[in-house]
Amino acid sequence: MSLWKIAWRSIQQRAFVSGLTALSMGLGVALVVSVLVVYGVVAQSFHRGGEGYDLIIGAKGGKEQLVLNTVFYLSEPVGNIPYSLYEDLTDGKLAPYVDLAIPVCMGHSYQGFRVVGTVPEMFTELKYRGDQSYEFGQTADGRPGGGKGENFKSENPFDAVMGSTAAVRTHLQVGEEFQAVHGSGEGGHVHQQRFHVVGVLAPTGTPVDRAIFVNMKGFFEIHGMEGTAAHKEHAGAHEGHGVHDEHDEEAKQITAILVCCKQPNPSRFADVVAGVINKGPTAQAVQPIRVIADLFEGIVGKLEWVLLGMAVLTVIVAGISIMVSIYNSMSDRRHEIAVMRALGARRVTVMVIILLESILLSLLGGGLGLLLGHGMIGACSSVIVNWTGVDIGLLQFQKIELFLVPGLLLLASAVGYLPALAAYRTDVAQSLTNTP
Amino acid sequence: MLHLRELKKTFRQPDGTELHVLDIADYHVGAGEQVVMVGESGCGKTTLLHVIAGISRPDSGKVRVDDWEITLMPEAECDCFRAERIGYVFQTFNLLPGFTALENVLLSMRFSRRRLDKHRARQLLTRVGLSHRMTHRPTMLSVGEQQRVAVARALANKPKLLLADEPTANVDAGNQQHILDLIRETCKEENVALIMVTHSQEVAKQFSRIDRLQEFNRAAVHQ
Ligand SMILES: Nc1ncnc2c1ncn2[C@@H]1O[C@H](COP(=O)(O)OP(=O)(O)O)[C@@H](O)[C@H]1O
Ligand SMILES: [Mg+2]
Repeated sequence: MSLWKIAWRSIQQRAFVSGLTALSMGLGVALVVSVLVVYGVVAQSFHRGGEGYDLIIGAKGGKEQLVLNTVFYLSEPVGNIPYSLYEDLTDGKLAPYVDLAIPVCMGHSYQGFRVVGTVPEMFTELKYRGDQSYEFGQTADGRPGGGKGENFKSENPFDAVMGSTAAVRTHLQVGEEFQAVHGSGEGGHVHQQRFHVVGVLAPTGTPVDRAIFVNMKGFFEIHGMEGTAAHKEHAGAHEGHGVHDEHDEEAKQITAILVCCKQPNPSRFADVVAGVINKGPTAQAVQPIRVIADLFEGIVGKLEWVLLGMAVLTVIVAGISIMVSIYNSMSDRRHEIAVMRALGARRVTVMVIILLESILLSLLGGGLGLLLGHGMIGACSSVIVNWTGVDIGLLQFQKIELFLVPGLLLLASAVGYLPALAAYRTDVAQSLTNTP
Repeated sequence: MLHLRELKKTFRQPDGTELHVLDIADYHVGAGEQVVMVGESGCGKTTLLHVIAGISRPDSGKVRVDDWEITLMPEAECDCFRAERIGYVFQTFNLLPGFTALENVLLSMRFSRRRLDKHRARQLLTRVGLSHRMTHRPTMLSVGEQQRVAVARALANKPKLLLADEPTANVDAGNQQHILDLIRETCKEENVALIMVTHSQEVAKQFSRIDRLQEFNRAAVHQ
């Protein structure tokens, strides 16, 4: 007959009220858990975009804008950089440091989704979320990812690959064609050239899902034609494609370059490359992970504390309801406590029993809250995967949850203290005489 | 075994005046002795038992059980002493409603420094005729059965002294004699001294030693 059991029995005795107070604690804890998990999901999906490469090189200007533009396909397009910079990285003086460089071109869209010109290596060489490979067809772990078709080929300039969300929303399937629009809005100029969808990517949970990728050659070509159309009067000199290409090669511009640096020390090499680029007159190099972390901290970092503060307040209110419930029961229990004292229980013992009762109720509520919180999140996980691509399992715990148990113990002791003190001070002889 | 000397207990009443309840020069109960104590309602019988058990502290005087001077003990030690040496049976049973019959007996063991002895708890409940009621809650027991559990609980820690405050007053007439016999027999078996307070002539006349509190309590004279 441990003191725990004695405390548990008195909870059982008032099962209904105890259940309600534990439930209110549970709801508070569930709220804390959901805030933590949801925030974790948001943070993960946000940070994830910048994983997979070490540097982004783009036109000089705001770092944030470059990252928003190239990683998240958001914000106004930034200026361009010369194609020669890309060649510097692949064949020039910076090549020894660079493992992989992927050029990207922007400035077009289809039904609101960015059309990004790039090279096939974007999906064969580049990884996302650290070590995941892009998939067409099934995902690596055998889940049917909804991906179909195959990657576009370098030699087919008008091939296109759809991000999974873009494919779903635009209803474009493998084999179908679309015309890109100049700019990002609806009202832009529609290019005559049609792109041919050859593949749909499996969901990645990154911004890639919300974009359309075309062969960079085709991208340049529609620009070239544009040029041809716009300057027909004095561009009559163009006769053959060969000449046209020659001409474009010089003026070719790209929006950004995604760079992976060489092993064994990619981050140091990234510093070297960034140093050289940033000294130059035309471009800047940024580390996407760092910029994203700063952006995130600036935008939603404070929000976490506000949400958490509100959730913790809920838990404290629940704690107070435990105190009220135990304290209210003290008038009935003064007699019981007196009987225990008459049987030889010390003051401290009856005090501890009441404290344990408060702790049991809090932990019970806390356990309930964990179940409820993770259960709720687990039930919503398929929706969350669809929206953000972040797969939160039923039991994906956040590190902060480890503080929940000591936190609850502290709270329980604090709210149990007042009723425990009342138990400590019970006048035995008097309470025995006042039979209930 | 029990020895009281120059014991005084006064209550301060709400109107500020003092109520002298106990003033006992000398009182003695031998080991294993069975004493019945009678006296008018309000003459201080319950207060006296509380003082003997260390539940209330006297204003002055000495309470000695065996060689232990409990009036000198610090409170926590006095609580332990009560748990281990003194059994108490109440007029209103005072079983803890959340616990089974067996747990009520074990609870009493829990508050002493001795180890829980489930075997003894079962043995005691069997002795009081409740082998088939061990896992019943007090509310599921008749008043007679409840008081029998209380007797078993009071004897759980092999006390030297059992204090019974009108133990049969709230029991139905048919069970009174049974409870009385049970208390006296078990005390005899375990060699426990017994002080039983009663209002009932029927009960009192069965004891060879009858103490009238008013006769040796000098405070009672002034009432
Ligand atoms: N805590 C207390 N405060 C004030 N008076 C008390 C208190 N406890 C008992 N009394 C008074 O002391 C007297 C003796 O009470 P009690 O010992 O219960 O009598 P008995 O058990 O003999 O009927 C009564 O007059 C009672 O009102
Ligand atoms: Mg009385």
